[in-house]
Amino acid sequence: MGRFRAPGRGFWGGLAAVPVTVLGLLLVTFVIGRVIPVDPALGLVGDRASADALAAARTGLGLDLPLWRQFLAYLGAVARGDLGMSVLTGRPVLEDVARVFPATLELATLATVLGVGLGVPAGVVAAARRGTWIDHGLRVVGLLGYSVPVFWLGLMGLLLFYARLDWVPGPGRLDVLYEGLVEPRTGLLVVDALLAGEGEVARNALAHLILPASILGLFSVASIARMTRALMLDQLRQEYITTARLKGLSEARVLWGHALGNAAVPLLTVIVLSYASLLEGSVLTEIVFSWPGLGFYITNSLLNADMNAVLGGTLVVGAVFIGLNLLSDGLYRVLDPRTRPP
Amino acid sequence: MSHLPCGRRARVLFLVAGAFVALVLSGAPARARTPADMAVIAWQLDELISLDPAEAYEFAGAEIAANVYDRLVYYNIDAPEEILGGIAERWDIGADGRTYTFHIRDGVRFQSGNPVTALDAAWSLQRVVLLNKGPAFILTQLGLTPDTVARRVRAVDERTLVLETDRPFAPSFVLNGLGSWVSSVLDRQTVLAHEENGDLGNGWLKTHTAGSGPFSLGVWRPNEMVLLNRFEGYWQGAPAMKRVALRHVPESAPQRLMLEKGDADIARNLSPDDQAALARNPAITVRRVPQSALYYLGLNQKNPILARPEVREALKWLIDYEGIERNILQGSKKPHQTFLPEGFPGALADTPYHLDLERARALLAQAGLADGFSVTMDVRNTYPTADVAQVIQATWAKVGIHLEILPGDNKQTLTRYRARQHDIYIGRWAPDYLDPHGNAQGFAWNPDNSDTSPTTLLAWRNNWVIPDLTARTEAALVEPDSGVRRQRYQDLQRAVLADSPYVIMFQDINVIAERVGVTGFAVGPNFDVVYYRAIRKDSGS
Repeated sequence: MGRFRAPGRGFWGGLAAVPVTVLGLLLVTFVIGRVIPVDPALGLVGDRASADALAAARTGLGLDLPLWRQFLAYLGAVARGDLGMSVLTGRPVLEDVARVFPATLELATLATVLGVGLGVPAGVVAAARRGTWIDHGLRVVGLLGYSVPVFWLGLMGLLLFYARLDWVPGPGRLDVLYEGLVEPRTGLLVVDALLAGEGEVARNALAHLILPASILGLFSVASIARMTRALMLDQLRQEYITTARLKGLSEARVLWGHALGNAAVPLLTVIVLSYASLLEGSVLTEIVFSWPGLGFYITNSLLNADMNAVLGGTLVVGAVFIGLNLLSDGLYRVLDPRTRPP
Repeated sequence: MSHLPCGRRARVLFLVAGAFVALVLSGAPARARTPADMAVIAWQLDELISLDPAEAYEFAGAEIAANVYDRLVYYNIDAPEEILGGIAERWDIGADGRTYTFHIRDGVRFQSGNPVTALDAAWSLQRVVLLNKGPAFILTQLGLTPDTVARRVRAVDERTLVLETDRPFAPSFVLNGLGSWVSSVLDRQTVLAHEENGDLGNGWLKTHTAGSGPFSLGVWRPNEMVLLNRFEGYWQGAPAMKRVALRHVPESAPQRLMLEKGDADIARNLSPDDQAALARNPAITVRRVPQSALYYLGLNQKNPILARPEVREALKWLIDYEGIERNILQGSKKPHQTFLPEGFPGALADTPYHLDLERARALLAQAGLADGFSVTMDVRNTYPTADVAQVIQATWAKVGIHLEILPGDNKQTLTRYRARQHDIYIGRWAPDYLDPHGNAQGFAWNPDNSDTSPTTLLAWRNNWVIPDLTARTEAALVEPDSGVRRQRYQDLQRAVLADSPYVIMFQDINVIAERVGVTGFAVGPNFDVVYYRAIRKDSGS
């Protein structure tokens, strides 16, 4: 492992740009949410309510104020850590996000572990055996990962592994039998169950996780394998590889040590971005598997004009993207000496 | 960068992978089908907002209230015209037609252990009016206002509640309102213990329950599940099921798989394809219960073409009711053309209209529109509304009507409809309580057609000025004789059926799929008449 070096000035510049990026993100989302021809108060009072009840609900939501005042009020509340109340769940958005984000985090993390665990070796092997049936086979698998709709794949996965083979449990995060046995602490069911010493619950939660994570992971595998292959091919053409081979190093050492070691730096960015996009939540996977994650929460809120929830969710997604981008940027500079300032 | 020797790295990799696979496989035996004393219902629960009966205004919220709370009176689920005693064992109606005295049943306790008294019942009704949330109109239409409600709804003593309306109404109308979910009786002491800033406990009751019904809330995780626990001390006897789990399963196919695997006992949102597949499965029974929601077209009378009576009638002959039912709705709805749905007191089953292009052409010619016309329709872009609209578009094109579909999400189309900006609106209307006035008021009552009207129901939205029908609707509302009242509503239905700016097309059907051996899931015609108390599971289900 290379010696740790402090991130460069570019990193700090990026960090300084975070508030501006977040502000811009919120402003755009806020304006879009307010200019669409939908009355969010309708969700509160129902189709049948009188004009008075509707007007009272609109006042309660602050919709009677000018747009700029609504936005400033929202920013002020956000600065105090108050993301507002969700019209759809009737709860504070912060509480909602704290509940749905761990569900997505669990799913995305396992999917990324699978994606890296399978995608990187697949890409290395495909590059090493370029043009052989292994390379073609892996490319076909990658193509499938890209092109098969996740919705269909999820349903087929349920049909085969749940309904026919009975290898995995059905939709949801936990069997009903285990509901209420574990007090939520981190929101990550597996972790909470382990912390509570409930091994059965942890195993059940993990079993529920495996199929949706594998379906999502397939997409990560596809993108990571493809990028690994391309980066490896690039490295394998370099002179230092020829030198290493001439020195008599084993092919495995050349591939997995030297070539992959150098390809790992740009690959890290790909992996981090893939992880970030999974943390946005995968709406279709969440719907098929009845998985109460962030993607489903934001989409459902959007469809119901629940703008506080949409803004809160957007803020989280934005923060995740910015945070992981900074992390990737920082790691890039730490790992690759060429990117450091002289 | 340093690297592990390849052999060691491979061993580590295999060890990690092996441990992971072992952990996952070891998870498999930990799975279990639904326990014998627990009913699992797979359902779309994503619209559940609040559990407070004074605020809940969606199907799920009202249904949960029906199982967690008691009401003064109940509809008889098998004969909705009959009102049964609930918390009130009997009631008297004063000679003035305005005073209702309810005698509260003795020995009933809340889940907290507190006794149920007239004070609780009176406070619960007062609270609905004071909070004035969406469903409050069910009580405020009795003349109860925040200023008068404390006087007009009062507990004379622990066992006697008096309710005074501002004018005489048909007794069935008053009792039907009191039999709806909004009139749930709350545990006053428990709720008030959680009051904040004078909110009458609304903030707490959104996510908690405090009732005397057969179940209490165990767990609610939005968009995931609601778990209800049996109340052992329920006054009508504890339910057979120790727990009832409502699991949010948004898609039909996973609902079906869960039902077939025994991970759900009941599934409630099955697509026609899945229903057909399950009909061939001997382990599953599928039943259909007519629901109160109606699907209709609203024709804005501000559009001079749609205001012509011949055009209004022609459009009723230009719907392929049977074809749409057969090819699109496939058992999830049935043709229905009057404004009272089947299952409602006084409902008429007349269906005089069918697809008749020649008749429609003749009517359009009479209206001076032999070559057709152009018109727009606001359409919610989801199944089945969008699909039905497309069929209508194709049918109308045959007689020269150019229909432009304006797609939008539900709230977009509803916002335009409520602002009277539509030509034609295709939508759904569900009454809130089991009394014919709800729909008569919706379809045939428009006392003020001005833009500033305080009431914005369907006749207003469609700019239908109907002083005669409005007066007849109000007369039916106060008619004390139930037989005469029924006749009045039937006459109103015939009048609206003959000429109105509505093309009422279909009535909702609630399709319930259950595992064989599951019995007692009681589903009435309205969304707040669904009970879990009698659910049982024979062994093997």
